[in-house]
Amino acid sequence: MSALAHDGTAVLGRHLRRIRHAPAITVMTQTMPIVFLLFFGYVFGSALAAPGAGYRAYLVPGILVATAAGGLMTGMLQAAQDAHRGVMDRFRTMPVSRAAVPLGQALADLLANAVGTVPLVLVGLAMGWRIEGTLPEALGAFGLLLLFRFATTWIGILLGLASKSEEAAGQLGSGVFMLPLLSNAYIPTDNMPGWLRTVAEWNPISAVTTAVRHLFGNAPVPTEAAWPVTHPVAGALLWSLGLIAVFAPLAVRRYARG
Amino acid sequence: MTTTYAVLSEGLRKRYGDVHALRGLDLAVPEGTVCGILGPNGAGKTTAVRVLTTLVAPDAGSALVAGHDVVRDPAGVRKRIAVTGQYASVDGDLTGAENLRLFARLLRAPRARADELLERFDLTAAAGRPARTYSGGMRRRLDLAASLLVPPRVLFLDEPTTGLDPHSRNGIWDAVRELAERGTTVLLTTQYLEEADQLADDIVLIDEGRAAQHGTPAELKALIGSYAEVVVAGPSSLEAAAAVLDQLTGSAPVLNAERRTVGAVTTDTTLTLPRIVREIDAAGVHIVDASLRPPTLDEVFLRLTDRKEPAA
Repeated sequence: MSALAHDGTAVLGRHLRRIRHAPAITVMTQTMPIVFLLFFGYVFGSALAAPGAGYRAYLVPGILVATAAGGLMTGMLQAAQDAHRGVMDRFRTMPVSRAAVPLGQALADLLANAVGTVPLVLVGLAMGWRIEGTLPEALGAFGLLLLFRFATTWIGILLGLASKSEEAAGQLGSGVFMLPLLSNAYIPTDNMPGWLRTVAEWNPISAVTTAVRHLFGNAPVPTEAAWPVTHPVAGALLWSLGLIAVFAPLAVRRYARG
Repeated sequence: MTTTYAVLSEGLRKRYGDVHALRGLDLAVPEGTVCGILGPNGAGKTTAVRVLTTLVAPDAGSALVAGHDVVRDPAGVRKRIAVTGQYASVDGDLTGAENLRLFARLLRAPRARADELLERFDLTAAAGRPARTYSGGMRRRLDLAASLLVPPRVLFLDEPTTGLDPHSRNGIWDAVRELAERGTTVLLTTQYLEEADQLADDIVLIDEGRAAQHGTPAELKALIGSYAEVVVAGPSSLEAAAAVLDQLTGSAPVLNAERRTVGAVTTDTTLTLPRIVREIDAAGVHIVDASLRPPTLDEVFLRLTDRKEPAA
């Protein structure tokens, strides 16, 4: 265990250094949401009716969760780059704890995301969004966002390690932007056709978004929806922990196998 | 005293889909020696290194590296080896110094050792630049330095000089010689006969995933011989030159009327170029050009693997 902590910290340090030297992926994945926020908030916002205190207040939590889901992309791109540029082969031939390499990457991604969320929150506040719940609830909301980020990063790492090439991972990564569209992150699911509504409500992003809206006090919990959405905090926790329980071991195994 | 082997493999097999990369590879590398694995692209060199360094598990067969089984005790192997691959396995986004410090930390080596190796490999001036801005030779040196942070029992070098200019190549060669002198076992793969000749105590020629031939460089060269070739002034004197060459080399000369050349393989190490020229000149043949050179890798393979000469 102490070997894992030592090696994991070293790998974490490596990723933080490389984010500093080559911040392109990180900066892009943290600034795109701001563009989305402004675009959806002011271009679509006026035309949409939303529950709660205005569309922009409804939208900010959705964008925060969509950004957390971006761990799928950063995890995948980074793991694919390491796997296909040789450096991972060196780690694999060294006496390094098997879990340390993916774990260090996931933790570095989590830290970068936490820092990158600050400007997004500030833009949200400037657009009129407010934290209307209690402080513990608000901290819970941020905690859920980070937990969900950690979960999606592990999925990304597994996909990146399994990718055929960096290009293939890049193409798959661009499709990740679609996932929040199939959820209640940007628009409510109420008026979606039945089957699509079912898909959207079982999308983990919907449960996490509903929980975050609820904890920030931005919108009431829907009463008629799929279970993870009507019980959003439990749903968000179960989704996140479940995804971690499945994908973290798979990613570690995939790394170890090569 | 019995020989201890740093690398000992038996019947290694590895298949990727329809491609049989290894078809029963046997290797025995005595401790403290440099073994050159020589073979063309696709012969299985890289796969052999990947299996021996625990990166991929073999489909069949067994291998002991530094006394530890690559399948049953990969962690034991990893503690005792270092690998420098064909493709630089350092992080391009980190600086040279950051790369070495990261690997030093993972290997529990002192940080000072990283700085010492930067100096040793002439990378101190570039230590603060991202490795992706390095030239091919610098990257390879950084890669090799990373492999020496903790002196390994067995060092694997997969085509360490492929794509390098002669100056960088010599630098890598010097480093390998220095390690060998200190008793590190080195297993290196190469496409270059000259490289194996320069560095290796023993050469294993691999072809289609199997060891086709092995021996010291001198043994292999004696086996293969040199290639004598003369260019004559007119096609009419080809036959006369061929007769002399036949007598000198004892092997059947190959005539090319179009290029006006006669060539023959010789395993006689005392035969010199001046003697060939003198004897052919004495037969009244006007020679335009003459050479006596070691065989190319292609010729080595054609001769030692009994393959038919390719149509091209």
